[in-house]
Amino acid sequence: MGGIGRYVLQRVLLTIPMIFILLTVVFLLLRVMPGDPVTAMLGGKNVSAEVIAEYRTRLGFDQPLYIQYARYLGGVLRGDFGESTRTGKPVLQELLLRFPATIELGLFGILVAGIFGFSTGLIAATKADQPADHAVRVFHIASFAMPLFWLGLMLQVIFAVKLGWLPVASRLGGRMAFSFQPITGFYVLDAILRWDGKALADVVRHLVLPAVTLGVALTGLQGRITRASMLEVLDMDYITTARAKGVRERVVVLQHALRNALIPIITVFGLQFAVLMGGAVLTETVFSWPGIASYLVRSIDARDYYSIQGTVVFIALFISTINLIVDVFYSAVDPRVRY
Amino acid sequence: MPGLIPQRRPSLVGLLDWVIRKLTGGRAALRGQSVLKVGIAIVIAFLVMTALANLIPSLNGYHPTLYRDAPRLEGPTGSHWMGTDQLQRDVFSRILSGGKASLTVAFSAVALSMTIGSILGWLSGFTGGWVDRVMSLTMDAIYSFPSMILAIVLVAMFGSGLAPMIWAVGFVYIPTYFRVTRAEVLQVRETTYIEAIHAVGASKTRIIWRHVAPNTVNAIMAVSSFNLADAILTVAALSFLGYGLPPPAPDWGFDIQNGQKYLQSGAWWLITFPGIMIITLSLGFGLIGEGISDLVNPKRKRKKI
Repeated sequence: MGGIGRYVLQRVLLTIPMIFILLTVVFLLLRVMPGDPVTAMLGGKNVSAEVIAEYRTRLGFDQPLYIQYARYLGGVLRGDFGESTRTGKPVLQELLLRFPATIELGLFGILVAGIFGFSTGLIAATKADQPADHAVRVFHIASFAMPLFWLGLMLQVIFAVKLGWLPVASRLGGRMAFSFQPITGFYVLDAILRWDGKALADVVRHLVLPAVTLGVALTGLQGRITRASMLEVLDMDYITTARAKGVRERVVVLQHALRNALIPIITVFGLQFAVLMGGAVLTETVFSWPGIASYLVRSIDARDYYSIQGTVVFIALFISTINLIVDVFYSAVDPRVRY
Repeated sequence: MPGLIPQRRPSLVGLLDWVIRKLTGGRAALRGQSVLKVGIAIVIAFLVMTALANLIPSLNGYHPTLYRDAPRLEGPTGSHWMGTDQLQRDVFSRILSGGKASLTVAFSAVALSMTIGSILGWLSGFTGGWVDRVMSLTMDAIYSFPSMILAIVLVAMFGSGLAPMIWAVGFVYIPTYFRVTRAEVLQVRETTYIEAIHAVGASKTRIIWRHVAPNTVNAIMAVSSFNLADAILTVAALSFLGYGLPPPAPDWGFDIQNGQKYLQSGAWWLITFPGIMIITLSLGFGLIGEGISDLVNPKRKRKKI
């Protein structure tokens, strides 16, 4: 097998113990912690000891820990995440139904962060220590310190309530929510596939505020890394050589420097998925976005044990996969990365 | 001519500088570190404000929970600077004391994770071998998971309130300290002076505690300031989702959640002001982090990353 194929295989093999450890940590955290799931599930309700005992037997919590662990791992391997005690449906089915909403929001959030962060970082680096640079850096730091849910609410107040330009929440407007027939669950894609201009406009209008909220929260990180990475590269001797040869500044920045500055920038892009999923919890809650993060919050409120566990495992698997893809992607961008 | 000589205006930053110069006998550690000074000033101001407001509840003339005679849901006016909420309470009085949970949890959680994480990091980095490999892999696995989601799930399991929030937020940051200290230990371990001490016959524990650990303190300090900034946001988010202090208690995050219900009727003041407090405090810790990083790593200052 060639270089990249072998690298991908190695990386996949390394991901397996990582996922295994993550699953174990999830299991231990949820099982060993004070208050067992059954009491939590029936929490507050006035139920007899027999009912609790029956629940424990039915859900397998009366078994020794190692048997529970084996069952849990076996279930995850077979794609069996248990059933939601709230809806009675398989958890995996519920998650897959909501996953496209989260991904769509996430991708557009990353797009916003990419555009804002990348461009501002680039400006700051090329105008280092000038007023533009200072302004950008203040913006980056402020974006770090901004509570995401607060930003979302402020955008709602300004653009939805006061100005009335955009809808306050959810993925589709009232009438459209009944008539629109999703195909893939990615509504932007679905509207295009159905060749429905009205639906597309509605979907995009609903997507703007949540995507900007999520995007601005990630802009600081993206922008700072872009700036730092560009500054480092612009400091190198070969850049001085290029400038001395009389290469135009635009070409120096965009062709000579940017290519080498890309590696850390892409790394951060990959890492952002973890931050993104965390941010999605708040964004989805604020904008009543029907994704897996808001599903998790509702499951927690309902003490829906299997849904909580299933969602956490699902997110863990998703993050591991993304990290794998990002790692493999490096080697494509940087020919020096060869393991 | 007036205006030519820059007048030193009395300010919190100036006062802070003066105090530190007095304390250090003129060896002002903060000279020129304006970022650090502004950060420290913000944090101290918030600490003083929150402590005062919690000791004297009616600091601005209104009690944050007991006073209920204001007009209902009224925007900022002369007598209620930041408006009033649906329970006819004064928003400003709730803002003043609403940082208690954020500050308590942030400081305790970071102290908790710093202690556990650093000790694990020192041990892991110094021991090496399979212990190090298993620990690193476990920490990496936790680190790769979204910290906000982990914190929410943990709080949901522990129950809401101050102590559960401290444990949850503290747990989430352990891998950060583990990674920082482990990396530093690996670096320090390779230096010749450690080798020399080892050759002299110092025990492993002595080397870790007396020689390796002190060398990692700088890095830990910078990380912990950024961590505090992040912790403030995490606590605010947890409170916003309803896992914080029980209702009547004033709390920025929870008050924002409360304000969300009246957002459609245009009551912007209910969410705006608590949010500004959260941002400013988080920014304060962030600036301290920036300042410490500049101090610890002077090379970094030139590029101002």
